[in-house]
Amino acid sequence: MAEPASVAAESLAGSRARAARTVLGQVVLPGEELLLPEQEDAEGPGGAVERPLSLNAGARSRVRVVCGPGLRRCGDRLLVTKCGRLRHKEPGSGSGGGVYWVDSQQKRYVPVKGDHVIGIVTAKSGDIFKVDVGGSEPASLSYLSFEGATKRNRPNVQVGDLIYGQFVVANKDMEPEMVCIDSCGRANGMGVIGQDGLLFKVTLGLIRKLLAPDCEIIQEVGKLYPLEIVFGMNGRIWVKAKTIQQTLILANILEACEHMTSDQRKQIFSRLAES
Amino acid sequence: MAAERKTKLSKNLLRMKFMQRGLDSETKKQLEEEEKKIISEEHWYLDLPELKEKESFIIEEQSFLLCEDLLYGRMSFRGFNPEVEKLMLQMNAKHKAEEVEDETVELDVSDEEMARRYETLVGTIGKKFARKRDHANYEEDENGDITPIKAKKMFLMPQD
Repeated sequence: MAEPASVAAESLAGSRARAARTVLGQVVLPGEELLLPEQEDAEGPGGAVERPLSLNAGARSRVRVVCGPGLRRCGDRLLVTKCGRLRHKEPGSGSGGGVYWVDSQQKRYVPVKGDHVIGIVTAKSGDIFKVDVGGSEPASLSYLSFEGATKRNRPNVQVGDLIYGQFVVANKDMEPEMVCIDSCGRANGMGVIGQDGLLFKVTLGLIRKLLAPDCEIIQEVGKLYPLEIVFGMNGRIWVKAKTIQQTLILANILEACEHMTSDQRKQIFSRLAES
Repeated sequence: MAAERKTKLSKNLLRMKFMQRGLDSETKKQLEEEEKKIISEEHWYLDLPELKEKESFIIEEQSFLLCEDLLYGRMSFRGFNPEVEKLMLQMNAKHKAEEVEDETVELDVSDEEMARRYETLVGTIGKKFARKRDHANYEEDENGDITPIKAKKMFLMPQD
């Protein structure tokens, strides 16, 4: 941890923009500027490197680059706004450029459009429900945004229920709005989450780690006993198993696995499997 | 005489719709341009130099969905909630394979069979509402299909 921090400090002291390509996987700090691949040719180390002359020096084919969470656009460069590791994803097909983002850790959730979250219904006023999602304001959820809901056929939602839904409107200027149907009108698993179970809060980075396609923790947990888990991108996890003890064990494992090494985890799972 | 001297019509009158129907398209365009000039001179505008907007090649997105392929948020293991398990397969498969093939619905009855049945349907339903005398019209074929005879018995005028 000391080594990447000192490297970052050196670059900040020099206050020159680094190429994004060279910094992938390293720690970046807020305030750093990153150059995109097309620009680093022009601003390379002062003339020492011989560049082949291109016939049309003016016209450079610009590729569309997406800057994700933790980065902002600053002229033609990327400005880092959160501290963490810089990541990059190559474009799968079609439009090029790929995505750059900063892999950071935080507990406070900021609503983002398209995220699936778990919310708690706090109030019912007229035609909308107020749902607490852990952001700065409660989100609003209309009663018509459930599958098969009409004006006569209202959904059965009470204050205190857990809702799994996604945001349709989420920006810093407006109150967030969420719905429990997708664009085709189908529920796709969204809506009121069933009875019993336990809701607890973890960091946002852990949720993303657990939802990664090749997560070992989830695979091992799935082998223990029958259970159900719902992950909300706002850091909330709801778990349910057959007995209260199993539910509590599961909650403890998920909370603790963030800070355990894989060996410690395997020990715990083997001990559980025995008992 | 009045016919020798053209009466001078005011500009407003000339601009009215019924006066312009006889004009060519060119004269119409000229009139429109003059109108626009008059309007634009009255409009207020900022006396700033034109700033050319730079086409930005960097798009800002705050969502993690683009960055990382995340699985579907609801999970169920070892049959605890069968609906959720079905959903898991659906959503994760949809996520991996971008194109979802349309399943062709297997037909219990072939199209030809359906066409044949519809043909005879007219006969069977018609038989239900036909009176006793008209039942003779509905003869049965060798196959058992009922084909209605199209020629109806009409009143014939006596020839004498």
